[in-house]
Amino acid sequence: MPILSIKKLTKSFGGLMAVSNVNIEMEKGELIGLIGPNGAGKTTVFNLLTGIYEPSSGTITFYKDGVGKEIQGLKPHAICKEGVARTFQNIRLFKDLTVLDNVRIAMHKNVKYGLLSSFLHLPSYYREEKEIVEKCIELLKVFNLEHKKNEYAKNLPYGEQRRLEIVRAMATDPKLLLLDEPAAGMNPAESQKLTELIAWLRKEFDLSILLIEHDMSVVMKICERIYVLDHGMVIANGAPEEIKSNRRVIEAYLGEDVNNA
Amino acid sequence: MEQFLQQIINGISLGSIYALIALGYTMVYGIIKLINFAHGDIYMVGAYVGYFCMTFLKLGFLPSLLIAMVFCTLLGVTVEKIAYKPLRDSTRIAVLITAIGASLFIEYGTMFFVKAGVRSYPDMTGLLVKQFRFGDIVLTMQQIIIVITTVLLMILLQFIVKKTKIGKAMRAVSMDKDAARLMGINVDSTISFTFAIGSALAGAAGVLVGIYYNSINPLMGIMPGLKAFVAAVFGGIGIIPGAMIGGYIIGTIEVLVSGYGNSMYRDAVVFAILILILIVRPAGLLGKNTREKV
Amino acid sequence: MKKVLESSVTKKIISLSLTFVIVQILIYVNIINSYLQATLATICINIILAVSLNLITGFTGQFSLGHAGFMSIGAYVCAIITMRMSTIQGFILGVLLGAIAAAIVGFLVGLPTLRLQGDYLAIATLGMSEIIRVIFLNMKITNGAAGLSPIPQFVNWPWLFVFTAGTVLLISNFLKSSHGRACISIREDEIAAEAMGINATKYKVIAFTVGAFCAGIAGAVYASYFYFIKPDLFGFLKSIDVLVIVVLGGLGSISGSILAAILLSLISTYLQSFAELRMVLYALILIIIMIFRPQGLMGSKEISLSMFNNLGNRLTFKKGRT
Repeated sequence: MPILSIKKLTKSFGGLMAVSNVNIEMEKGELIGLIGPNGAGKTTVFNLLTGIYEPSSGTITFYKDGVGKEIQGLKPHAICKEGVARTFQNIRLFKDLTVLDNVRIAMHKNVKYGLLSSFLHLPSYYREEKEIVEKCIELLKVFNLEHKKNEYAKNLPYGEQRRLEIVRAMATDPKLLLLDEPAAGMNPAESQKLTELIAWLRKEFDLSILLIEHDMSVVMKICERIYVLDHGMVIANGAPEEIKSNRRVIEAYLGEDVNNA
Repeated sequence: MEQFLQQIINGISLGSIYALIALGYTMVYGIIKLINFAHGDIYMVGAYVGYFCMTFLKLGFLPSLLIAMVFCTLLGVTVEKIAYKPLRDSTRIAVLITAIGASLFIEYGTMFFVKAGVRSYPDMTGLLVKQFRFGDIVLTMQQIIIVITTVLLMILLQFIVKKTKIGKAMRAVSMDKDAARLMGINVDSTISFTFAIGSALAGAAGVLVGIYYNSINPLMGIMPGLKAFVAAVFGGIGIIPGAMIGGYIIGTIEVLVSGYGNSMYRDAVVFAILILILIVRPAGLLGKNTREKV
Repeated sequence: MKKVLESSVTKKIISLSLTFVIVQILIYVNIINSYLQATLATICINIILAVSLNLITGFTGQFSLGHAGFMSIGAYVCAIITMRMSTIQGFILGVLLGAIAAAIVGFLVGLPTLRLQGDYLAIATLGMSEIIRVIFLNMKITNGAAGLSPIPQFVNWPWLFVFTAGTVLLISNFLKSSHGRACISIREDEIAAEAMGINATKYKVIAFTVGAFCAGIAGAVYASYFYFIKPDLFGFLKSIDVLVIVVLGGLGSISGSILAAILLSLISTYLQSFAELRMVLYALILIIIMIFRPQGLMGSKEISLSMFNNLGNRLTFKKGRT
């Protein structure tokens, strides 16, 4: 059963083709890596997928329970409501809010009480707020951040900020999770732990994950399939072993040794 | 038809003044992304300096104009150094609030010294009161002086921005402050220079409006300041030719609304144009749309 | 958990009733004489204005310079209604319709303009409030530049209290709800908020509309207490007045806004006969705060009982060491 199907996706800024004619097919439950040299257009693909940019042409179909829906050109919040969540390469937490609030905000789309209840604090407010906090704590526990729930996000160490970004994305209850360089800036031990966490997440929450990562050890270890982007185009896709020995990929990385990982 | 031509002449005169003020807004916005609310008040101070030169020092038009420009330059740079420079790395909203503060300070500080009442420029004599009649159309010497002064200053400005080293530095800083700094450009002094030029132009506009409309008061800068900002946005903020075009268009529209419609509504029309422009084409007439990088 | 919630509600009720009763007694024994009562009204109106502007600017991060415009709508609608229907029902109807009219205009203006970023929005809202002022200047029913008077006076301390406490409670409740947090997330990072499923435009418009509604209430109360209004009372400077309060108190702090509203209302009462000096002082407050303490008196913190406890603890701790 497919979860995501990207067809002929193209985005140009002025005359520059940031992404051109990209096709990506993703099955439900897959963990796919998206790699490529700097400026290859990986993050642009994420921005197109999450509605931050509108594609110049092409379609993005997202499948929920086997039913497909074209989501290109929808607003980011609408795409999030469909069940696509993401993290950001350059951490974009709500810095001046607490860890708990960061997660609570991401739960907003499932909140049922209305404006009236929020102004008057009717019983439905107390009931649901309590549930929200409980769910948040549960999620924070999973990521071992529960003891920091009242800390401001900006005061967390770097690795924990990256983790909180994932918690926040998870709080939106996604079917498809887009991780933009989750291991960036982590030391080998931390990124090893993160790798395990991502693999575990997928199983536990029945997720499909699309992952941008520079750390080849992470990508090669956990991804079933890998798409390689260069100059906005897909130059290869396949299992990690195939990618490692692909001539075009090696050329694109020229000097960066894929085999080393 | 003749009435229409007369309105256009009046509109171009008023538009010249808006264009001069708008240039200062647009240059400062281009370089540090700040709506310098105090800019309209610098224009007001220019009008007062011109008034004092002509009334008490009995100076002629040209020396008064130059003194006002020099004085406003100093004032503009001082405001930048004291109020804006410490906030170079603050949020946009913080700097904007400071700009409002600086504006109020100049307005009411001036009011404290010169009192709130309206003052009149001395009666013009000699060449300055000459009028030319073409049928029913009247063209006054003041209008000619306003347009000529404005055009000369604009040519000078274009020369500075396009041909001189400091002009090149200004363009570089407005594109990328950090890169400019790495290239060895003194960013702080470039910003100060931008304020200096903008303030000088506003000072000139103040004196011109003094000889044109004759009466001045400490709060006279608020409305023309805002309208000049509208002009800058209309033409595309940060773009120098845009500010000139915007100034002339806004000035002409305002005069036409007063002439043919209801003069009470002229301010409302200008602001309605602003809101419309912001919604339909926020980058302005000559601007390009940009997006935040994610 | 439930007990804590209940007790915080009880605390709120107790402190509010205490405030009401104490002021009522002070009025009764004439310590708060009629002159001070006018100051009291100014304070209350400023609290409503500042708290509602803080919702828009401090919490949602949308810089509005048009609050006086919304206030004037509330004031004129209420004045026009009570001048034709001089009963307490008429007054209540006037306040309500005034607030609703302000909210509708806020909604209509907010919908297109809230797409604009920061300073563009500031200028657009400023333009909007100038347009409103010019319209009131030219309408027959508003009596142009001369304004309306005498407007029947209905507002006394109990009414002031109801409207002020009501606004503050509603807005602080809202901010503690999921919808309120959605607004705050837009201030923090609009792109991230959108990516987390927050419809940024919707919540900006909600904050703007609610803010306008409350400003409408403030205007209606103003008209009914001071029985005279004219368009020039609601110009650019009035919007700045409110902004100074919000900035001084702290963008994002309700109790800061209340504190600053009280402080600045008292200062401006004392400086009434030195109008220029007052404005120079306001200007300096704005600049100095932005340079040295951009977070305002309170930052985004709120005054709470636990704060006093903490302070107490720290003091005893220090004593213990010496």
